[in-house]
Amino acid sequence: MGDNECCFEPEDRYHAFLTTCKKVTHGSGKLGGIAVAVKDNISTQGIETTCASKILKGYIPPYDAHVVQLLKASGAAIVGKTNMDEFGMGTTTENSAFGPTLNPCDTGRVPGGSSGGSAGAIAGGMVRMALGTDTGGSIRCPASFCGIVGLKPTYGRVSRYGLIAYANSLEQIGPMGRTVDDVSALMQVIAGYDRHDSTSYDRPYTHTPCADIKGVRIGIPQEYFGSGVNPEVAAVVNKAVGRLEELGATTVPCSIPSMEYALAAYYVICTCEASSNLARFDGVRYGPAADSKKSWHEAYQEVRRANFGTEVRRRIMLGTFALSSGYYGKYYAKAQVARENVKKDFTRIFADVDVIAGPTMPTVAFRLGEKSDPLSMYLTDILTVPVNLAGIPAISVPCGKAEGMPVGLQIMGRPWEDERVIDVAYAYEQGCL
Amino acid sequence: MATEQEVYHIAELADVGINTGELGTFTHQFNAILEYFDVLDRVSGDTAVTRDLCNVMREDETEPSLPREEVLRNVAAQEDGFIKAPRVM
Amino acid sequence: MAEGQVIVGLEVHCQLDTKSKLFCGCSTDYRADGPNTHVCPVCLGLPGTMPVLNKRAIEYAMRVAKALNCTVLQESEFSRKNYFYPDLDKAYQITQYDKPLAEGGYLEIEGDESGEKRIRITRVHVEEDPGRLVHMGNAERGKYSLVDYNRAGIPLIEIVSEPDMRSPKEARKFLNKLRATLEYLSVFDSEKEGSLRVDANISILGSERVEVKNITSYKGVEKALTFEITRQKSLLRRGQKVERETRHFLEARGVTQSSRSKEQEHDYRYFPEPDLRPLHVKSWVEGIVLPELPDARRERFIVQYGCSLNHARTLTGDLRLANFYEQVVRPDPAGLATLADTWISDTLIGELNYRNMSIDAVDPATFTGLLGLIREGVITDTSGIEVLRVMLDQHLNNQACEKPFAIVDRLNLRKVSSAPAGSETGPVINPVLQSIAEVLASQPGAVEDFRKGKKGAFNFLVGQVMKKTRGCADPAEVNRMLAEELKKEA
Repeated sequence: MGDNECCFEPEDRYHAFLTTCKKVTHGSGKLGGIAVAVKDNISTQGIETTCASKILKGYIPPYDAHVVQLLKASGAAIVGKTNMDEFGMGTTTENSAFGPTLNPCDTGRVPGGSSGGSAGAIAGGMVRMALGTDTGGSIRCPASFCGIVGLKPTYGRVSRYGLIAYANSLEQIGPMGRTVDDVSALMQVIAGYDRHDSTSYDRPYTHTPCADIKGVRIGIPQEYFGSGVNPEVAAVVNKAVGRLEELGATTVPCSIPSMEYALAAYYVICTCEASSNLARFDGVRYGPAADSKKSWHEAYQEVRRANFGTEVRRRIMLGTFALSSGYYGKYYAKAQVARENVKKDFTRIFADVDVIAGPTMPTVAFRLGEKSDPLSMYLTDILTVPVNLAGIPAISVPCGKAEGMPVGLQIMGRPWEDERVIDVAYAYEQGCL
Repeated sequence: MATEQEVYHIAELADVGINTGELGTFTHQFNAILEYFDVLDRVSGDTAVTRDLCNVMREDETEPSLPREEVLRNVAAQEDGFIKAPRVM
Repeated sequence: MAEGQVIVGLEVHCQLDTKSKLFCGCSTDYRADGPNTHVCPVCLGLPGTMPVLNKRAIEYAMRVAKALNCTVLQESEFSRKNYFYPDLDKAYQITQYDKPLAEGGYLEIEGDESGEKRIRITRVHVEEDPGRLVHMGNAERGKYSLVDYNRAGIPLIEIVSEPDMRSPKEARKFLNKLRATLEYLSVFDSEKEGSLRVDANISILGSERVEVKNITSYKGVEKALTFEITRQKSLLRRGQKVERETRHFLEARGVTQSSRSKEQEHDYRYFPEPDLRPLHVKSWVEGIVLPELPDARRERFIVQYGCSLNHARTLTGDLRLANFYEQVVRPDPAGLATLADTWISDTLIGELNYRNMSIDAVDPATFTGLLGLIREGVITDTSGIEVLRVMLDQHLNNQACEKPFAIVDRLNLRKVSSAPAGSETGPVINPVLQSIAEVLASQPGAVEDFRKGKKGAFNFLVGQVMKKTRGCADPAEVNRMLAEELKKEA
């Protein structure tokens, strides 16, 4: 593998990056010489990895995430680590401890989250491709808000080894890019089995996008076009679906009744898992030092109160509460049943359709600081979380504008049919050219 | 619904701490979210979860460990190769 | 059960003897190495790392489950036990909670009352060991802790008994039998320091249950239980209540102490480990072939070697000892079985314990040689003990180890024969007769006592002769000849 060096010193007007690698080496291969940005919750050996949190400021991982090794082997040039909501907890990247990323389409607005930095870097023209992570919509939301493409792969298709865990049973690393081609090319590199991840499947991705969608049946769920969705956004997405019909697809109305409690189930599961995953941050092995003159318990609490943001502390507390003695049955156990019901709904629908389409987000990007109430923020995830609960693949592809801001068309598919999801998005994208 | 005292206690249990200044707002928001979670009470169904992947194991083979300098690289305080931590009372 | 009845249950944690850790490839052979040298991102709990289960650990645990007559569950899974402690680097321990590997078995021990007693096993499960804490500092300089994660991630098997034991002695027997069984299964090495830890639950019938943690030695179990039972009984005698609590055993002082309130009812917030997949291994049970276990080996020793029940129990109660015995008698089982049985059970074990030595220190072939010398009459039993002690001491003090016959010759321990030793220069002298004559001459009082019919006088004289011959005379011969001499003088 030939080694080349290049420089990466972009003018980062949107604060998309937390770390830029000024001198970058790259090799030859599928992504030889292509600049790729990596979200800052993915471990990169020798490069600071913070999850946009003060509690990991200065943390230099001694190992690479599996996907980073794959990127390097493909010759990609890893140019920097992108901004995000702290530990992936958020929908706007406003929860970053180091300041939000601005939406390149309108710098007074949020880029979406939690992979807002990756989306901003792409939409801002700094890179063509980036890795993001999606736990409840964190790739698709910023893709939708910034007008780029983002795929959440089928759960287990891309290794999570090296992804600093927020909610293990829900999240996936996924490709983000300017076009569907970019996303597909990146997916070819990162998908596949990893023996270090016990939840990893042997399902490589070798597909080249194909624009022929004649005969593809598209389910249109009523819940995705209901009262909770901005009418302008709904109209734009409806028009996009019409375009798909012109390209040869047929549409079938359907319903996902479990959407009624999907969001609650999602927030119970992710906060429970997060409360456990984030308990290890104690200032002893990494991060800001615990005060060893204090007692263990005092020092531990002090480090965490000072270095975790409000939203992170809130979710840790919610998860701790939901798992605590007496509440397990009411929350966690019920949420798992709800999750099974969501899976069943999708299985039932996919007996009659090949993909499901709808808006990615109920609105376009809102203004920075506009949503300050946590619950109202959680509610914006309503259209993305069912996908994570079911573990199915889903992509967001730009399909027009509303209020002058990008709107995302979301295509969801059967487990392991990431290829078909890509194809439908590709067909739409190419059909608009 | 949780009282301010209970919310404070949960913050202690989770060891994340809460400033007295934020306790009021926190409790209010916390309760709104918990109330939203109540929709789960209406969920019924089979608790059996679908398991398609099981018995994922590796052979009992050793692999190189990290060199100690790597282990200690991010550590704030160390002594003779040990990692220093506050004293457990 | 009788009033005032003692009720004991044990939770035993043993390190499984795999090459690599439970969830990563770090070597488990850490004891000789410096702190934090057997650590990788996974067992250090670095953010982003994930566990991958060691198959051999499950195979070993299943052997144990089968040997303990347990039922392996159709579906078993790992759970997270969440609590904060510096030696727990993920702030949760991956263990098994509501779906352990196996449940419902038993282990038979020698009960306090006659016969075999069954101690029921509640469950057997697998979990990871946390790291190791060392407490440092003092009040002036400030106290702190030092952490070594070499031990973090070592596979543990946890065996929980029902509260079926009724005394510290029964608890010790259970523990010994369990230890032996695990060693016979080749899944555990009891010689490794810290490889076994015990938590005990003790109550007096009608009173609250107390948990005693941090017992790390076999002797410690009996001591801890004895102390705790005494403590509880004396509280009750004074009309006070026994509090339900967790106590720590302080080995050095032999006492249990109440744990601070950090142990207040811990809410571990268990939930299934999302990074690991469930186990469906019940079908593996059939294919597990168990080796000969302690009870079967004990019965075989009785039949094959003619050992008594007690000796057979002793010999088979420790794998190394049982192997040692069989290697010693192998050259000539018929000739050596009984001799070896007696010598090992009644003498060797005691001498080893006295020196705090392991049976590994004794070479079986060398021991066979020593027995040979005794059997052929080259040395007496008493001399044999002396030779054995020299051999062990040489090993203990790292001196050059001599073979038995070399020691015999060097210390001139050859049996003094009553067959006359011919000499060219003088009359035929019988050394034993010589010694007898000297003793009779120097002990007129004892001879007088003998004439008077005083019991013990004869044995006293025998003893004096043995002393004079430095144990090298054959006791049976001395008896015979002394009796004859005394008759003559009468």
